[in-house]
Amino acid sequence: MSLIKQTGGFVPRDRDWQPDALTPPYKTSLKRSPQAALLSFPTTLSEETSPVFGHNLIGELDNDLILNHAQPGESAIGPRIIVHGRVLDEMGRGVPGALLEVWQANAGGRYRHKKESYQAALDPNFGGCGRTITAEDGSYEFRTIQPGPYPWPNGMNDWRPAHIHFSVFGHGFAQRLITQMYFEGDPHIKLCPIVGVLKSQEAVDALTAPLDMHRTVPMDSRAYKFDIVLRGQRQTYFENRKEGL
Amino acid sequence: MVQKLEYLKESPSQTAGPYVHIGCTPNFTGIEAYGGDLGATMKTGPVKGTEITVKGTVYDGMGMPLRDAMIEIWQADSNGLFASANETRGDADPNFTGWGRSAGDMNTGEFTFETIKPGSVPFPDGRPQAPHITAWIVARGINIGLHTRIYFEDEAEANAIDPILTRIEHQNRIPTLLAKPEGEGVYRFDIHLQGPLETVFFDI
Repeated sequence: MSLIKQTGGFVPRDRDWQPDALTPPYKTSLKRSPQAALLSFPTTLSEETSPVFGHNLIGELDNDLILNHAQPGESAIGPRIIVHGRVLDEMGRGVPGALLEVWQANAGGRYRHKKESYQAALDPNFGGCGRTITAEDGSYEFRTIQPGPYPWPNGMNDWRPAHIHFSVFGHGFAQRLITQMYFEGDPHIKLCPIVGVLKSQEAVDALTAPLDMHRTVPMDSRAYKFDIVLRGQRQTYFENRKEGL
Repeated sequence: MVQKLEYLKESPSQTAGPYVHIGCTPNFTGIEAYGGDLGATMKTGPVKGTEITVKGTVYDGMGMPLRDAMIEIWQADSNGLFASANETRGDADPNFTGWGRSAGDMNTGEFTFETIKPGSVPFPDGRPQAPHITAWIVARGINIGLHTRIYFEDEAEANAIDPILTRIEHQNRIPTLLAKPEGEGVYRFDIHLQGPLETVFFDI
């Protein structure tokens, strides 16, 4: 299967499901949320097209965070895991050729970023960024260490659950998405104001990766499965109808 | 019982957080990776059309510049064609990617894109849209990426009949979508997330 030409426009985003802009317990959202209504219109070519990232963009270790910042013969410290899954659209079709970029803290919850001042130590063999492109069936995988929780200045004693950030490109710029993956069973999930912007337990579950013993490599790495769903694209049958609807 | 609609739900968005640069512009934050940051240049050779610079700053509701935002732009080439796999109308300029990404200046937050003035792209019903650049803003405190468009103040005729601009109820907000000429080939497009100068954001 290659890229199917579908120009029927994207299904509208469900704003009752997606988080609101203004979510006061997450304090930074107070002054960074628009107050006027969003202007709605059906997608046009500007939103139905998107940059193409070829597989030749990806270096050999780009999807291996255990090794991609490590000295030769060394590796990052922490629980070794594989994260894998599929990128799908709302109709359940795999999205091939989707660029995924991931970033995360190290096993102690420390990010490699100059504005980060948490006292947990950096791991000299861990950078914290990786990327990959989905295969023909929309599947992807990368290898990393499980990140640690870390404290952040929001409430008096707020800690983020262990999480991995994902940036995803689909086939249309309207599908552009950034989200976070959480780990099954983490007690911080229900305490976190950023998780708290999600409107239902179903939405929290959609971002929580289960432990996947089927993909675990014995004596090597455990595995977590994380599927990502992008907005669906309509078929082209009614393309020349006014407004594209 | 009627049949079930078995569609999947889009993955919920979460904020990009303050360290988005680790993943998306690692070299900018001091992590050498990938042989350079993706989207740092939009030109891979001599490009067709008028080369321009678009600069701007993202401000919060207190008028403070964001210094941890990431801005991406996506646009057509000078003939109105996209460098996209699903562009069916012709071949876009092979030396122009159409896509750029900027973390802004580390101290001031000002972003800069070296790009070209886009050509007109048709609306689904065939009417011409005024030249525009799609912009997408993510940052700490933004729960779901904000879409807007950069139009050009010196395209008054095209702007006056643009299908999107003419749809805006509060026509006095149109200037928030216009990049203002600021010297030879340079345009300024400031983004205000909140307040009286608030930029028009789109649900597309």
